[in-house]
Amino acid sequence: MISADLNLILPEILLSVYAMGALVGAVYTGKDNLAGTLVWTTSAVFVALAVWIASSGTGAQSGFGGLLVNDGFARFAKVVILGSAAAVLLMSEGYMQRRGLLRFEFPLLIALSAVGMMIMVSATNLMTLYMGLELQSLALYVVASLRRDSAKSTEAGMKYFVLGALSSGLLLYGASLIYGYTGTTAFDGIIAAAKHGEVGLGLLLGLVLLISGLAFKVSAVPFHMWTPDVYEGSPTPVTAFFATAPKVAAMAMFARVMFDAFGQAVSDWSQVVALLSLLSMFLGAIAAIGQRDIKRLMAYSSIAHMGYALMGLASGTELGVQAMLIYMAIYVTMNVGTFAFILSMERDGQPVTDIDSLGMYSTREPAKALAMLVLLFSLAGVPPLVGFFGKFYVLRAAYEGGLAWLAVAGVIASVIGAFYYLRIVFFMYFGEEKDEVLDKGKSPVLTGFLLVSAFLMVAGVVNLFGIEAPAAAAAASLLQ
Amino acid sequence: MDNLLSIVTFLPALAAIIMAVFLRGSDDAAQRNAKWLALIATSATFLISLFILGQFDASNTEFQMVEERDWLMGLQYKLGVDGISVLFVMLTTFMMPLVIAASWDVKHRVTEYMIAFLVLETLMLGVFMALDLVLFYLFFEAGLIPMFLIIGIWGGKDRIYASFKFFLYTFFGSVLMLVAMVAMFYDAQTTDIVSLLSHNFASDDFEILGIHVVGGLQTMLFLAFFASFAVKMPMWPVHTWLPEAHVQAPTAGSVVLAAILLKMGGYGFLRFSLPMFPVGSDVMANFVFTLSVVAIIYTSLVALVQDDMKKLIAYSSVAHMGYVTMGIFAANQQGVDGAIFQMISHGFISGALFLCVGVIYDRMHTREIDAYGGLVNRMPAYALIFMLFTMANVGLPGTSGFIGEFLVLMGIFQVNTWVAAGAATGVILSAAYGLWLYRRVVMGDLIKESLKTIKDMSTREKVIFAPLIAMTIWMGVYPAPILDRIGPSVEALLDNYDTAIADAGRLEAPATDVAEAKSH
Repeated sequence: MISADLNLILPEILLSVYAMGALVGAVYTGKDNLAGTLVWTTSAVFVALAVWIASSGTGAQSGFGGLLVNDGFARFAKVVILGSAAAVLLMSEGYMQRRGLLRFEFPLLIALSAVGMMIMVSATNLMTLYMGLELQSLALYVVASLRRDSAKSTEAGMKYFVLGALSSGLLLYGASLIYGYTGTTAFDGIIAAAKHGEVGLGLLLGLVLLISGLAFKVSAVPFHMWTPDVYEGSPTPVTAFFATAPKVAAMAMFARVMFDAFGQAVSDWSQVVALLSLLSMFLGAIAAIGQRDIKRLMAYSSIAHMGYALMGLASGTELGVQAMLIYMAIYVTMNVGTFAFILSMERDGQPVTDIDSLGMYSTREPAKALAMLVLLFSLAGVPPLVGFFGKFYVLRAAYEGGLAWLAVAGVIASVIGAFYYLRIVFFMYFGEEKDEVLDKGKSPVLTGFLLVSAFLMVAGVVNLFGIEAPAAAAAASLLQ
Repeated sequence: MDNLLSIVTFLPALAAIIMAVFLRGSDDAAQRNAKWLALIATSATFLISLFILGQFDASNTEFQMVEERDWLMGLQYKLGVDGISVLFVMLTTFMMPLVIAASWDVKHRVTEYMIAFLVLETLMLGVFMALDLVLFYLFFEAGLIPMFLIIGIWGGKDRIYASFKFFLYTFFGSVLMLVAMVAMFYDAQTTDIVSLLSHNFASDDFEILGIHVVGGLQTMLFLAFFASFAVKMPMWPVHTWLPEAHVQAPTAGSVVLAAILLKMGGYGFLRFSLPMFPVGSDVMANFVFTLSVVAIIYTSLVALVQDDMKKLIAYSSVAHMGYVTMGIFAANQQGVDGAIFQMISHGFISGALFLCVGVIYDRMHTREIDAYGGLVNRMPAYALIFMLFTMANVGLPGTSGFIGEFLVLMGIFQVNTWVAAGAATGVILSAAYGLWLYRRVVMGDLIKESLKTIKDMSTREKVIFAPLIAMTIWMGVYPAPILDRIGPSVEALLDNYDTAIADAGRLEAPATDVAEAKSH
């Protein structure tokens, strides 16, 4: 019995053992000299686990008395999480190395937060959910303030911690109310108690508080305040990480709680999620217009993108979940490419995040400028690039879920949002020539990620690399 | 050749990829290679597209040379042509080699320039051939990217404002269409245009936010598509991006914009609005007529007072597109035939007029009308060609412009005499601004010092104009081959339209409905 349970979380166990073993090993031996090696081995472990999980069996197995489940949905989310975490780790090595930030803890903290995320997406009990969430968050608080001698980085870590603790508090309070009114923390118990029309006021309050806590994690408006500051203040590789894997994990967890615990009361939460989605799309689109710092801009961009992903969720249908998963997978791919570009923006070896500095970039590095152009149009959702298909999926889900107004609002926000992506294109292609130009990119890893990501955006038009069927299976497993 | 359409569509894109991968550097050799490769690719596309015309059976009103493959989400990759689209395909492949040849003197980032135009050709051809809603949208919208770059990189001094305005205007128009497409997908459970053409969308009246919508879902879908096509067309009052974009775009960009991109709106009305939402079209017809008449008269008057040649021609384009929308929604054989004919003929004429402006702009680097005068003294060949196309633009009998306008006026007269009377005024106004422009630029004495050394057209320029002259006169004198190809498909379309209208009990549509639907 226990061996079946342990088998269920074997990837998580292996990753934890690896992280702890490497931590002890590095402390007693080379310390920071090992950091480069650890980045590569951690990425290799991530990739190996992702491949293993992707190729492991079908169907859903529940374990530990219903605390965890390993179903298609969890597997899909885990593969995306591990894949993007591996990509971001590899991209960050050169950047961290050159700034003396590459401590051996960095890859291991990322590994631990990945363990947390894997638990988050398979949790079917409020207790396991909270444990996964906190493991992930604690690791991230530390990496946000990795640059200890920088006031901004410390501020970012502090802000993230304080607001994160607040949101955890909200979530816990919601969880305790739900426990109080249903007598259980297990999702299958809650779903039996929470049927539409029978959701009492106390349970509803618990649900709303729970959603608030989750919305903080996906940085949906009005719980987004921390995002721009944390994105700006953290070292860029850490920002890249924040923008990818944790967003997928939080979104997947959001979906799991909504459908597995409150799947009988869709109309009770769908309107709340729709509102979060609406606000996120518009705030993300409008607030980014005034930004000059590309990291802050990407923060607002990610807020807007979470709005679109939430649109899929708000529809409350299987198609909606599938749309959300596809959207997140596309979003992560685009962000990996975009951050590979941002990481390569340097002048005299110093990182630059000012978008003005890109003046006429296209004449100096045509290939990279073209790749970035593709990514930006994809982020804006212009066909034929893959970003458009993500939008098309969620629009379709929203319309079929009876949220036509949200779909219309979403496309209007996407036009507003297109403006700031276009402005980056404007700087790269039609802007003024600058005296102080950016350094030629030297890192083949970053250029590789940028070009591959852009290539995927174009080539994905053929069949989205077959992601549709696994996403459909994952959505079906969540709503069974 | 089962995949003739795909070959024609993707040949230019293939050339663009080859260019992007293998042509490095910006020295003279690389520039020359880029130009020749682009010219060869577009010419080859044109030659292959002649097979489409050859294989096309005009008496068959079905889609022909259809290709079908499964794609994502139950969508399809499906291409095909019928009598309505085949001539637009030919127009595109015909114009592109001329456009490339007209850009021979571009010096700035030549390889990228050629890549942008080749990609644009693929996307434009895709729009006219796509038989899947989402595939259509994909090509339709993707054209914005190369056009944005063409205006932004190679444009005039206000190019940045113009490129943003162009992109955001047209993007905004199209996204509402996207939502409508999602709604159609849900309603019909397919995105196949062939199936959608025979699908009846609900036309029962309903209320939204307390507003009574006559024609129900069909009217809503019509309005969403209208938002997109009206901006692309462009119709008054959403035409303001066009003069900006035209003035700032390089000559070749203006030609593509006027000759082909503007036709996408009209094509969209014919492919989607009229056959798929007959009731919606009927409800909104008077609204469209009103906008069209206002466009014809108002923009003609605006054209009269322009002092920039390109702007003048741009406003004249808006006026001519007014005839097209009017003809389409007249929904009778003459009107729709005339609208399609007018679009094809306007493709040649406006393209040629922008090239005419380009000829003297290349020499004098100004488009101010006041900077010219008396060109006939030093440029007789140019004066002759410019006169021909001015006359064609005015709609002189014997040129293709006359046939289109006459058919449209005949079609609209049967539906609404007042609208026809208003539109006929536009013919007079177009003569006024056309001839006045010609007088100021070409006639008179050559007084300006700067013009005294101006050279007449080179052989290359004459060669570019030759096919356009031939087409304009041929279509004006003997339009039957064109009309024979359009006719049967239009007839089938209108049969379905009339049946749908009769089924909905709107044979005699009361005009009062329109005011209500418009108010929302």
